[in-house]
Amino acid sequence: MAETSEAADIQRKIRAAFHVFDHKADNTVDVREVSTIIYSLGCFPTKADIHRFVEEVEEDNMGYVHLDKFLPVMTKVLLENKFPPIPEEHLLQAFEVLDKESRGYMEPQELAKYMKSEGETFSQEETNEMLTALVDEKKNLICYKELINQLTIDPDT
Amino acid sequence: MGCGMGKSSLQEKKCSRVSIYSVPAIRAALLIQRWYRQYVARLEMRRRCTWNIFQSIEYAGEQDQIKLYSFFGFLMDHFTPASSERNLISHIFRENEICRDTEWERYFCYKDIEVPDSYTGPHLTFPMTFCGVSKLVEAFKQKQQLHARYVLQILGETWRLLRILPNINHVSVCQTKEITICGDLHGQLEDLLLIFYKNGLPSSEKPYIFNGDFVDRGKSSLEILLILFGFLLVYPNDLHLNRGNHEDHIVNLRYGFTKEILGKYRVHGKKILKLLQKIFSWLPLATVINDKVLVVHGGISNSTDLNVVSRVDRHRYVSVLRPPKVVHQTLNGNRKEDGDGPVEGRRRVRSLTNHSSALPQRNSLPRRSLQNSSISHQLTSSVEDELKRRRRLAGFDQTYKNGNESDSDSDPDFAEAPEANGHDWKQIVNLLWSDPMPQNGCISNEVRGGGCYWGPDVTEEVLGRHNLQLLIRSHECKQDGYEFCHNRRVLTIFSASNYYEVGSNRGAYIRMGADLVPHFIQYQASRTCRDLTLRQSVGWTERSALRALREQLFVHKSDLIRAYQEFDPHHTGKISMRHWASATESVLKLGLPWRVLRSQLVSRTHYGMVDYQQWIKELSITEPKLEVSDTSILETMYKNHSNLETIFRIIDTDHSGLISLEEFRQTWKLLSSHLKMEISDKVITDLAHSIDFNKDGSIDINEFMEAFRLVDLSAHS
Repeated sequence: MAETSEAADIQRKIRAAFHVFDHKADNTVDVREVSTIIYSLGCFPTKADIHRFVEEVEEDNMGYVHLDKFLPVMTKVLLENKFPPIPEEHLLQAFEVLDKESRGYMEPQELAKYMKSEGETFSQEETNEMLTALVDEKKNLICYKELINQLTIDPDT
Repeated sequence: MGCGMGKSSLQEKKCSRVSIYSVPAIRAALLIQRWYRQYVARLEMRRRCTWNIFQSIEYAGEQDQIKLYSFFGFLMDHFTPASSERNLISHIFRENEICRDTEWERYFCYKDIEVPDSYTGPHLTFPMTFCGVSKLVEAFKQKQQLHARYVLQILGETWRLLRILPNINHVSVCQTKEITICGDLHGQLEDLLLIFYKNGLPSSEKPYIFNGDFVDRGKSSLEILLILFGFLLVYPNDLHLNRGNHEDHIVNLRYGFTKEILGKYRVHGKKILKLLQKIFSWLPLATVINDKVLVVHGGISNSTDLNVVSRVDRHRYVSVLRPPKVVHQTLNGNRKEDGDGPVEGRRRVRSLTNHSSALPQRNSLPRRSLQNSSISHQLTSSVEDELKRRRRLAGFDQTYKNGNESDSDSDPDFAEAPEANGHDWKQIVNLLWSDPMPQNGCISNEVRGGGCYWGPDVTEEVLGRHNLQLLIRSHECKQDGYEFCHNRRVLTIFSASNYYEVGSNRGAYIRMGADLVPHFIQYQASRTCRDLTLRQSVGWTERSALRALREQLFVHKSDLIRAYQEFDPHHTGKISMRHWASATESVLKLGLPWRVLRSQLVSRTHYGMVDYQQWIKELSITEPKLEVSDTSILETMYKNHSNLETIFRIIDTDHSGLISLEEFRQTWKLLSSHLKMEISDKVITDLAHSIDFNKDGSIDINEFMEAFRLVDLSAHS
């Protein structure tokens, strides 16, 4: 791995994120926290991507991941930008596809149905949480056009 | 498959608009799911970090308090009986009162207290009935205040009842009777009311266990106690209370309960506090369900032995922070106790933490025969070292047990069998103050300053030894209100929602039936936070944590600048971000990821360098409302805000809320002694004069503390 200062910076960021979940202070994290760590570093993997990643770094099905294995794999992911962010316009277009009648908004149940039945489906809990986050209480609608700006968070804020 | 069925021309139109993908519904869904999961994870990360901030500051505060208390212990042992400092604080150690219970009953008698016609609060009749307590709950919902007469009456009855309860309650659940278990409430009445609303009021069909920490921090600690005690009086076999580490008058001095009582009951507050002291000492220590589930506030240690616990004289431990004194007979048979004279035998003063490195000293002070020494002042530096290593616990292999043994070996003059009492005391401290840790072993709990950290191996051993299957405890705030650890053999339950800040966490309670499988019900009080979206509530909590952090930075200004200057030998006024992080941690010792936090605390950096002088200036914390001649004392005041308040309240023996100029001076002398700082008399006198005295030359504690409360001006969100 190139010892550029960019790589060094990246490694520092990875370590910091890793340590948030390193409860035993022994450079290991529970395998179930890996996805949160990857996401928090600004990546947008699919569940399948995460599954592949975990397979590469997990300690023999022990349920935990050691920093020594995590660090090089994660560094490569960041240097190669393997799971790039979703541009706002694509997100908008995705909503527009689901908004079959092009109303500019969706009903909560509509979106919930898609989330629970298509793609890498949501659990009921994820669905409920998402609706709480996205539904405009007064109108009981998801006005996705207005939401898009608010919801794409800058990783460094 | 959702797409492709009909509306195909519309679909085509959509596809042609989309440039990169040809996007049927399934791919759109995938995208949205991917995006949303990332969004949630980012928030989760921020929430975790915010949590760590609050928790570090909270535990540092607890540790601070214990350091202060240990310091008092040191004073008690090392100053001559005549010294004024010692006299100021000796009364808080006067735990073995000579009075007998009948005399106390007279003192606490409510009968002479009249309830005026103008009183609009609830009237109670005794013996207590279900209707009576329900009425009380309703009244508190309406924010009414119970008259002192009734308060003392309920407390008196409670005291009488608690005295006949055992140290460990044994309860059983069966098919028809599930039990409800609640954790810390910390004076948050809304949460208790929410639990009752969701779960129903206590009754013989609806038994409850409340696992300690009913008081402090929240504003309605007394109301919670009165409700719990009310139900206890009506259903003594179905309402069970365990003592928490906050059911302790010394802790209450710092964390708000004392202040709450004195504020609500100006005339009778002192009496109420005294009676509560007794009640707290008589609270049972643990509850066991069906001989299989142990419920205790803090936790266990490797030496926990429930047989020992069930035999201790629990009421002798009025404050768990200090072992009880041994009271010796003098030659002529009179009982003497601490503060009366020099002859009394003193029990070994143990620090609450164990260090085999800090050996007790033998000081020879006049007129003390069985002098035991405190190791508390040696404690200070080693505790600070330990805090640095907090995140490296895995390497720390000193066990709690080893610490014990080296202590007892070094004082051969130790008389009588107080060793048994010291052992008893440790059992209790551990039950009320300990926390679980992920790795094996059992070490002292440096972070809190009391009890220990125990590992999964200790859980297995202790549960196995007692033939138990589950340990339910509280004591630690959990984001979801509950959390398992140690292979699901330890369960933490915490019932105070929004504990750190609005939106910080949910509360939860447990329902358990004969199968002894816990079921959780979670909730979050406060309408405000229910209306917030996920992102808003995380943001809110985060801002609050950062505010708290900025205050900590501000109060340590001088020390920080000194630390930064060590990395800046050429006085450029700038240091690298890495040095900034390392210096900041060395001063604040909170174990936080400063590098990650840097972007939220330091708004501007120049080519990766922090202009520390400028930044400190810009921390924009308000200046106090009083003029003070010496600014260094200002910083001391901010840094030691809670210590100051604690000392004031201790000195204010009649709980009037006022202290005299002389007592004010004594407070500062005590504090400067504790901090090992020089604070000149002139500075103190000037300070005293700059305060607006009441006509009778005394200072109102609340006013004074208010004038020096920090307000972060930059937080306008």
